[in-house]
Amino acid sequence: MTLTPVITEHWDSPDLYTLDGYRRFGGYRALEKALKLDPDAIITTVKDSGLRGRGGAGFPTGLKWSFVPQNDGKPHYLVVNADESEPGACKDIPIMMANPHSLVEGVIITSFAIRASQAFIYIRGEVPNALRKVASAVAEARRAGLIGKNILGSGFDLEIVVHAGAGAYICGEETALLDSLEGLRGQPRLKPPFPAVAGLYASPTVINNVETICNIPYIVDRGVDWFRQFGTEKSPGFKVWAVSGHVNNPGIFEAPLGITMRELLGYAGGVRGDGKVKFWLPGGSSVPLLTAEHLDLPLTYEEMAAAGTMLGTGTPMIFDETVSVVKAVTRWLEFYKHESCGKCTPCREGTFWITGVLETFEHGHGKESDLELLVSACNQISGRSFCALGDAAATPFPAALKYFRDEFVAATESPVDEKFDPVASYIYAGAATR
Amino acid sequence: MSENFTTDVVPMVSVTIDGVVIEVPKGTLAIRAAELIGIEIPRFCDHPLLEPVAACRACLIEVEGMPKPQPACAQVVNDGMTIRTQESSEVAKDAQEGVMEFLLINHPLDCPVCDKGGECPLQNQSMSAGRPESRFEGEKRIFEKPINVSAQILLDRERCVSCARCTRFAEQIAGDPMIELLERGANQQVGVADEQPFDSYFSGNTIQICPVGALTSTSYRFRSRPFDLVSVPSTCEHCASGCSLRTDYRRGEITRRLAWDSPEVNEEWNCDKGRFGFTYLTDGRITTPLVRENGELRPASWPEAIDVAARGLAAAGSSTGVLTGGRLTQEDAYGYAKFARAILGTDNIDFRARATSSEETQYLRSAIAGTPVTVTYDALEKAPFVLLVAFEPEDESPMIFLRLRKAKTTVVSLGAVATRGLKKMGGTLLATKPGQEALVLRALPDHVKAALAQPGAVILVGERIAASAGGPSALAEVAAQTGASVAWVPRRAGERGALDVGALAGLLPGGRPITNDDARNEVAGVWGVDADALPRVIGLSGENIINAGSRENLRAFVIAGVDPVDLPDPEVTAVALARTAFIVSLDHHHSEFTQAADVVLPVALVTEKAGTFIDWEGRPRPFGQVFKDALAMSDATILGMLAKALGKQAGVWDGAGLRRELAELGQWTGVREELPSTGSAPLMSDAFRLASWRELLDAGVMQDGEPFLAATARPVIALISEAAAKQLGSPETITVGGPTGSVTLPVEIGDVIDDVVFLPMHSTGCSIYRDLGARIGSAVDVSAGGAA
Repeated sequence: MTLTPVITEHWDSPDLYTLDGYRRFGGYRALEKALKLDPDAIITTVKDSGLRGRGGAGFPTGLKWSFVPQNDGKPHYLVVNADESEPGACKDIPIMMANPHSLVEGVIITSFAIRASQAFIYIRGEVPNALRKVASAVAEARRAGLIGKNILGSGFDLEIVVHAGAGAYICGEETALLDSLEGLRGQPRLKPPFPAVAGLYASPTVINNVETICNIPYIVDRGVDWFRQFGTEKSPGFKVWAVSGHVNNPGIFEAPLGITMRELLGYAGGVRGDGKVKFWLPGGSSVPLLTAEHLDLPLTYEEMAAAGTMLGTGTPMIFDETVSVVKAVTRWLEFYKHESCGKCTPCREGTFWITGVLETFEHGHGKESDLELLVSACNQISGRSFCALGDAAATPFPAALKYFRDEFVAATESPVDEKFDPVASYIYAGAATR
Repeated sequence: MSENFTTDVVPMVSVTIDGVVIEVPKGTLAIRAAELIGIEIPRFCDHPLLEPVAACRACLIEVEGMPKPQPACAQVVNDGMTIRTQESSEVAKDAQEGVMEFLLINHPLDCPVCDKGGECPLQNQSMSAGRPESRFEGEKRIFEKPINVSAQILLDRERCVSCARCTRFAEQIAGDPMIELLERGANQQVGVADEQPFDSYFSGNTIQICPVGALTSTSYRFRSRPFDLVSVPSTCEHCASGCSLRTDYRRGEITRRLAWDSPEVNEEWNCDKGRFGFTYLTDGRITTPLVRENGELRPASWPEAIDVAARGLAAAGSSTGVLTGGRLTQEDAYGYAKFARAILGTDNIDFRARATSSEETQYLRSAIAGTPVTVTYDALEKAPFVLLVAFEPEDESPMIFLRLRKAKTTVVSLGAVATRGLKKMGGTLLATKPGQEALVLRALPDHVKAALAQPGAVILVGERIAASAGGPSALAEVAAQTGASVAWVPRRAGERGALDVGALAGLLPGGRPITNDDARNEVAGVWGVDADALPRVIGLSGENIINAGSRENLRAFVIAGVDPVDLPDPEVTAVALARTAFIVSLDHHHSEFTQAADVVLPVALVTEKAGTFIDWEGRPRPFGQVFKDALAMSDATILGMLAKALGKQAGVWDGAGLRRELAELGQWTGVREELPSTGSAPLMSDAFRLASWRELLDAGVMQDGEPFLAATARPVIALISEAAAKQLGSPETITVGGPTGSVTLPVEIGDVIDDVVFLPMHSTGCSIYRDLGARIGSAVDVSAGGAA
């Protein structure tokens, strides 16, 4: 499958991040077109395109928009979730740095469609470069009359606020993000009511991922048929794949959904030092891992689900044979333990417990009976925590155990570092051997 | 009143829980619905009076059609829903057991030394819903323990299960979000901001609703185990809110008090004064009768003391003043009302130990005494509009404050200060200088008049209206014009009861005018005395009793439970005590009155007798005797002994007998005294005027011996407006001077009208009667600076 750069098409143009640079390649043409349409027609177009959310859950975007009650007399809000914090995920931040205007244009069109006159872009606070790029793009767009009162003479008004998060993974959860945006402590909200009905400031709110929003101008400009030529029936379109880990040429590759990991590996230069894939994750640490036997599966929402994992953020992480799966899983759990917001018991206590037990394995004094205990503890979290963070924390271990039980059993005898030299797994170690 | 409201008919839905079909009102939560059929689903964060949060996940149940187990505390039942709890679902049972196991991972198993052990929801539910053994073998997270979130409240963060009941209570119920969850993950903890302790008047409730031993009080910590305590249902004696309490004691000593369930009154809450203010009961008791000999009080036997008292009172006869204070039970107050009229033959009696006026006296006799309940807590909750007059609920009746906060009704306060409490009720200020309430009441803005004319509108008037000339009259006029219901909210627990039973000049029990022959005959009949022997002329009331004493116009005082610092003129009081020939004091603690008395008769504490307080609604709040084997006698019993020694009899004097008599008397249905209509507010000069009321936590004697509670009181400050502060040169301290002295206090700038300064009425370092010789509404000198 060939690469199909759309969002990333002109990233090699040095001034793409400016308004002029973006306009040179047809930027804001979609906005002009959209503002002449009926907002409902845009919602229908997006629905028909079959675009699914790129934040990880893959919820149909047009359907989400259609949940917003119309003529309810309340203000509507669009909130862009740009709090990209998922371990291994690095796609939204590059998009915002390279092509921030595609996000801004998408925000304006989406706001018009859902009748929001106020939009927020909630950007992970640790990435000031992305924050600056988006803020200056918003300022430029504002000066050009693309944001503000009566945009392009359409009568549509919109203000966009760029907001910096304060460093909590949980604020990528959409309702925690809303609380954080309102100035509260970022913890997930009880649902119902759902954000589409009572979100930001108790008003109807659409929350979309950066990449999702960046798709919108292209769909509006080029049409449903054009969009649907990429991908599959259930996973139409293209995806900004961010491949990382033990590959020779890690980076961003835009290709249709349905491309296989093996193909992406080819674009990424293959596993470093001609090594082999030991395990890989399709999209962030929150999805169950796969192994070399899954490299030929099409990367679509449905195929990944069938394989017992999820497409997630579509940012594959590749691990070669230098990596101890025990150690990798322990690191992920340490992350979830650190980032658990504390609100609900299963996630708060479960991540604490599981991490502690995993660390015993890492140090070589795990008990084999604890493997069943860990599975049981994961089951006590999965589906019972308040939000998806808990579910995510419960995914790495069971999948790792399924494919690499022997490694865990071995870790009852000796510390994993004895078998897996940690230095060998470092990226620079690989470079040195090459 | 009830016909003013349409009863909302809530549609019913049918739900199947563990195979049992029940009908519940639409909107019912699954956890409540299950309770109705006797199924107790485990819970920690759930509390019926707090918004659901679904954080602890202990209550997971299976709902047909939903892929994941759902939290029963947040799951609204829909018509036709099928629910399976732990009783019939392995999924639910397993989920609950899993959560229970998780909860114990970081919980220290220090139950043997934990205050909560024995009454601990975590302990109980891990027994009922947990697995027998934990599989956790790691190390628990450790915190320094305990830390003070306030002087009174201690937090053991290791024990906390992050249910957020306390933080939600503080925010949702009390409106004092001074505690909040901090940090995240297993390090999540309750905390306060630096230098901003959890000094909420309602902080103690968080201890009670804490489902573990994370929150404890300084005063109770490590003092007892719950299973060693004897618990007695009680009624709070501190204010007129009428809270149900539970008094717990061990080996003859009260160890703690808890708010007890009373959905119609205090729901499940109380204030910190009611919870922690009980040490005064035990410290410094008067243990024996005392008689004065050679100028000194010496212990005496009961027969001797009664004999001395009876001879002195016989000599004084009807030239006696009876001050009952506002702290007595209805039974005891009735005893004094009867004793004054039938035994002493005097009508010089008053329960009001505070500033009074004849206009107020007339208003109370006419409009309040012995009237049926009209305004209830529930009525406040449903009221479309509530006007507060000379009344600061958060300080003067905290349960009204909580109910008005809950009600989200429109509240307007006629006063000089837009207080923090008013803001927490979402209320607005209708500004008046203190003392000029009548002027504003007689010229109410149209929107307030219209609001008061709505069905269900209420006026709550506080005791401070007494000192506002024309206030009671204007109030009566507004009520008549608008049709709004009026409720009088006295400060003390016994005041409404005392009024109802006639412990006020001119008034016989049940609101009967003493000047009315039928009324006197009815009462004489029940008392078994000759109606002609009862006084028929209205006697002295209020400050006139003390004033008469100071002019040697009275020959004796009978004084019960009055603290002289409550009386507005300390100098006159001192003169009266010095000049009155004979003083009998019935009290359990010493005061200037007992020190001046010729005979001191020790009476039972509120914990040593059964009795009834009548709350501000007019609702009887009966309570039982905590210490059943106490030897101390109630006031009424002692009055009966005095009556006998005086050779007179008038009915019975025991609690049950007194209640029977009161029931027999019932309420007066005849002609009542007319409402006052003459008073008018004085014109005031431009001078600073003094606004003041008693803060909930202050220097009151019933808070004695509880330093941790005292440390959570509001800072003692002088509150002035920003403009006034500027005019004074933005000083850090100001000196407020009155006729007899001055106080210098730190300045706080607040929403006060410009030419008014607010001082706490009787707090440590500022007592306006004693320190300034000033009253509410007095002109005072305000100057910058001075040594605080």
